[in-house]
Formats: sequence, structure tokens, C-alpha cells
Amino acid sequence: MKQKIGLGVGLAAILVWCLLPVAWIISLSFKSQDAVSNGSEGFLPQPGGGAGWQNYSDVIGDDQFRRAILNSIGISLIATLLSVVIATLAAYAIARLEFRGKRFVLTTALVIAMFPVVSLVGPLFDMWRTIGIYDTWLGLIIPYMSFTLPLAIWTLSAFFREIPWEMEQAAQVDGATSWQAFRKVIVPLAAPGVFTAAILTFFFAWNDFVFGISLTSTETARPIPAALSFFVGPDPFSRPASLLAAGAVVATIPIVIIVLLFQRKIVAGLTSGAVKG
Amino acid sequence: MTTSTVQTATAKKPRSTPKAPDSDRARAENSLGRKLVAPAIVLMLVVTAFPMIRALYLSLFDYSLTDPDERSFVGLQNYVTALTDSLFWRDTANTVMIMLVTVAVELVIGFAFAMVMHRVIFARGVIRTSILIPYGIITVVSGFAWQFAFSSDNGFVNGWLPFLDDTFDWFGAYDSSIVAIMVSEIWKTTPFMSLLLLAGLAQVSEDMIEAAKVDGATWFQRLFKVILPNMRAAIMVAVLFRALDAYRIFDNIYVMTAGANGTESISFLTYRQVIEQFQLGIGSALSVLLFLSVLVVAYLIVKIFRVDLASARQEG
Repeated sequence: MKQKIGLGVGLAAILVWCLLPVAWIISLSFKSQDAVSNGSEGFLPQPGGGAGWQNYSDVIGDDQFRRAILNSIGISLIATLLSVVIATLAAYAIARLEFRGKRFVLTTALVIAMFPVVSLVGPLFDMWRTIGIYDTWLGLIIPYMSFTLPLAIWTLSAFFREIPWEMEQAAQVDGATSWQAFRKVIVPLAAPGVFTAAILTFFFAWNDFVFGISLTSTETARPIPAALSFFVGPDPFSRPASLLAAGAVVATIPIVIIVLLFQRKIVAGLTSGAVKG
Repeated sequence: MTTSTVQTATAKKPRSTPKAPDSDRARAENSLGRKLVAPAIVLMLVVTAFPMIRALYLSLFDYSLTDPDERSFVGLQNYVTALTDSLFWRDTANTVMIMLVTVAVELVIGFAFAMVMHRVIFARGVIRTSILIPYGIITVVSGFAWQFAFSSDNGFVNGWLPFLDDTFDWFGAYDSSIVAIMVSEIWKTTPFMSLLLLAGLAQVSEDMIEAAKVDGATWFQRLFKVILPNMRAAIMVAVLFRALDAYRIFDNIYVMTAGANGTESISFLTYRQVIEQFQLGIGSALSVLLFLSVLVVAYLIVKIFRVDLASARQEG
């Protein structure tokens, strides 16, 4: 009984920890802009200080914001798709084939997962301007792919080790080449793992801020986190808080939807690589 | 779950058999393997190794983008400038402090969360969903949420903390600003830590804990002598990843204080030199130093935990 109460308290603590700031930003997004600029303390909007859906319609009606959402969706989806395809090939080779240089691939992936992203900003800024992909979608897609590959390769090779490979050998005995066995037998079996890797990759791309602010200069490619931070100029202390909060909530909706639909897969993906090494 | 373990067990068999005698086949496998990893390797290196080499080269020049024609070779001067500047050391100290505090707090809270999740048998979907929301949320959004929460005009924190005056300005001084930054960082990343620890906890055998209980071990003894030593690998992975992540802290500082009151991190300093001041020479030197310091941190963590493992083995 005592243990049950303890568990209940722990459970409540986890829920409060995870959801309180989310509830707060939602609550803030319903405070009116007048109330916020006059100072509106407290968790919930004060009587008369509510804004209804006004902040949301303002944010959605803002061209720059709409453009940023579009950029983020486009860039993240393309980067995810390409990254997962490339990682699938690599992870298959790592989990399945004997070849020289396997250790090199794994070490490279490990080093890149730990790489301080900011140290690349300078040289990439310079290089991208020279070859003309500064401030374009491509200029962000390339680094997003590089930095999501390690996670995708790990997650996928962990999944691939669980696949019943006898079926591949059976196909090969029946006359299929290595490539056919890979495409026709293994790909359908691996699809759930690939899907998980795609979700984690998408999260990374959607969350990125460093590349987003340093490799773009206009709204043609600026993703949503960067757009949020540039919403009202450089002064971090006087922002239209409630409007920003509405923008933040909109930017979080895709994440919440993905989490609600695929929570089990995401947890499996996050922990598979870590535990099995 | 059981089926998958059986499958892994059987999957391992063909691998342990001696290598295929057919060398043509081995060669084909070797070549296919290399072809399959080639795109990944190229992409990873194009965006990291190549720019890093370029940074190494640029760091030897006095080179400013506002005045690109005036580029001149200065040798190691940029490194001397950076390493003798108190700003560099202040920001490094800051970064290390943030790393140590956030990882320590996350480890404790994350472990508590993992214990609860491990024992709970109901509402698992709800917990999983809510724990993934901070993980998935954009760091910039977390930064904003906490900045506004701590704000004395529109926030709720001052009102909720009884010992604080309602007008207390969290972003007016170093100590309180850095606390606010760390709260945002800890909030966002503790769930990730707790999931990794949960996976480790699941691997500790219940029988062993039960045996310790029968032998009269207290709750604390079971925790420190049975549970924690048996999940050392998971703890090490979690600490290594989170520590390196925390060492690169940038987003929260950018959004919450923009480095005001000395709250800059080493990443923020590098960014400021390169992007805001267009000083590619010294900025590249800082990039190289940042990269090297990450290597040092990684080395130290691996080393410290290895020492731990060795001493544990001597005990046993």
C-alpha cells in the first residue's frame, strides 16, 4: 500500500514535470497582447486579459511565419527521407556484411554524433556562400542529413540485428542475389525500424537552431526555430510574449501528433542503440 | 519480446561459423558493403571533416569577412589571442559548470523517473507520451517558455515561490540567469536521460534484487550495491551523451539571455565571433578549440568511467 502511494506520487511528479511548461505556454498564448505589454503575472490569463484565438489568427496570418512553417516542413521531410535511405543502406552493411572499413564507419558516426555543431558554422557559412547554396533549402538539408545519419545508422543497425536473417539466406538459396534478397525480403521486415529512425531524424531536423540561424539570411529558407527567435528583433527582453507563445504552440503541434501516434516506437528507437551498444 | 530474443540468438549462429571458403563471395560481400556505406561516409565527412580542415587553415589567418582582401597569414597568433583572453576562459568555465550541474541533476531526477516508470503497471502509454513531449519539443520553444515563466512582468514563477519578491528580475544578474537557463536545459533533456536509464534498469535481474532483499539488504544497499552497479553501462552511455550535449549548449542561452550578464557558453562565443562579427580567422581558431575541448571532455568521461569499472572489478 505504501509503495502504491509512492508510485502515485512519482507518477504525478512525472506528469507535472513534463506537462506544466507545455500548459504554461498554451495558457500564455491565450493572454491578450495588451495584457502582456502592461504586465500580466500569473499562470492563467487574468479576467479581461484573455485573447481568445486572436494570437493564433495573427500568427497564422503572418506571411513570414507561414513561410517558416513551410520551410521547416519541406526541409525536415526531405532531409529525413534522404537521410533514412542512406542510413538504411549503411546499417544493412554494418549489421549484415563483413567488409573492411566497418570500424571506420562506426567510429566516424560516433565522432559526428558528438561533434560541436557551432564549430562548423564559420567554415560552412564561407563554403556555402562560395558555392551558392547559402540561404537555400539545400544548404540546410545537407548538414541536417550529415548530423542525423549517426543516430539513424545506430538505430537501424540495432533493428537489423533482430531480423531473422535465415529468410535472406533462404532467398539466396532459391537463387536470389544479395541485392534481391535485401530488397525483397529484408526491406519489408525492416520497415518498422526504418520508420522509427525517420521519426528521430525528423525530430532533429525540426529542432535544429544553429544551422537555421547561421546558414540563412532571409525567409526563403529560414526554418521555424530561427523564425521564432527573430520574430521581433534582437532584444530578448521585450518580446510580444503571447504572440510568440502562439507561434511556439503551432510549431509544437507536429511533434505532439507524432508522439501521440508513435510513442512506443520512439521509445524503442531511442533506447535500442544505447543498450545494445 | 521473447520471440525477438530467440531470433537474435539464432541469427548469431551463422555469424559464428567459419568464414565462407568461397573467396569470390567474400570479395563480393566486401565490395557491396563498401558501396552501401559510401554515401553515408561521404556525406558525414563533407559536412564535418572538410570544413574542419578548412577551419584549421583559416585559423592561421587574420581574416575578416567585412574586409576579405586584407587577409594575412598570422600563424598561431589567433590561438594565442584566444587562449590568453579571459573571455575564453570565463566562457569555458561557464560551459563546464553548466555541464556538470545539469548532468548531475538530470541523472538524479532521471533515475527517479526511471524507477517510477519501471514499477508502474498502469497508464504506461500516458507516461510515455508525456515524457516524450519535452524530448521532442523545440529547444527554442523550451527556452521561450521558461524565459516567460521566469519573467517578472508576465511569468508565474515569482508568484509561486513564496520567498521571492514579485518584482524579482531573474535575468538581471548572473546567478539567477544561469539558473533559469539550466532549468530550461534540465527540463527538456531529463526525459531522454530517464528513458536511457529505464532501458538499463530493465536489464537488472529481478532475482538478484529479490535475493538481496531475502539476505536482509536495506533499500539503500539494494540500490547502491545491486541495482546501480548492474546498470553501469547504461549510466555511462547516458552520461556521455548528455554531457557532450550539454557542453555544446547554445539554443537556450541564445534565446533566454543572448549571453548577457556573462552567461555565454563557449559555443555562443564562437558563434558570435563568426556570424555576428564576421571574424573568420579568430572564429575558426575558436571552432578548432571548441572541437578539441569536446574531444577532451569525451576522453575524460570515458577514462573516468573506465577507472570506475576497474575498481569495481577489484572489489568483486
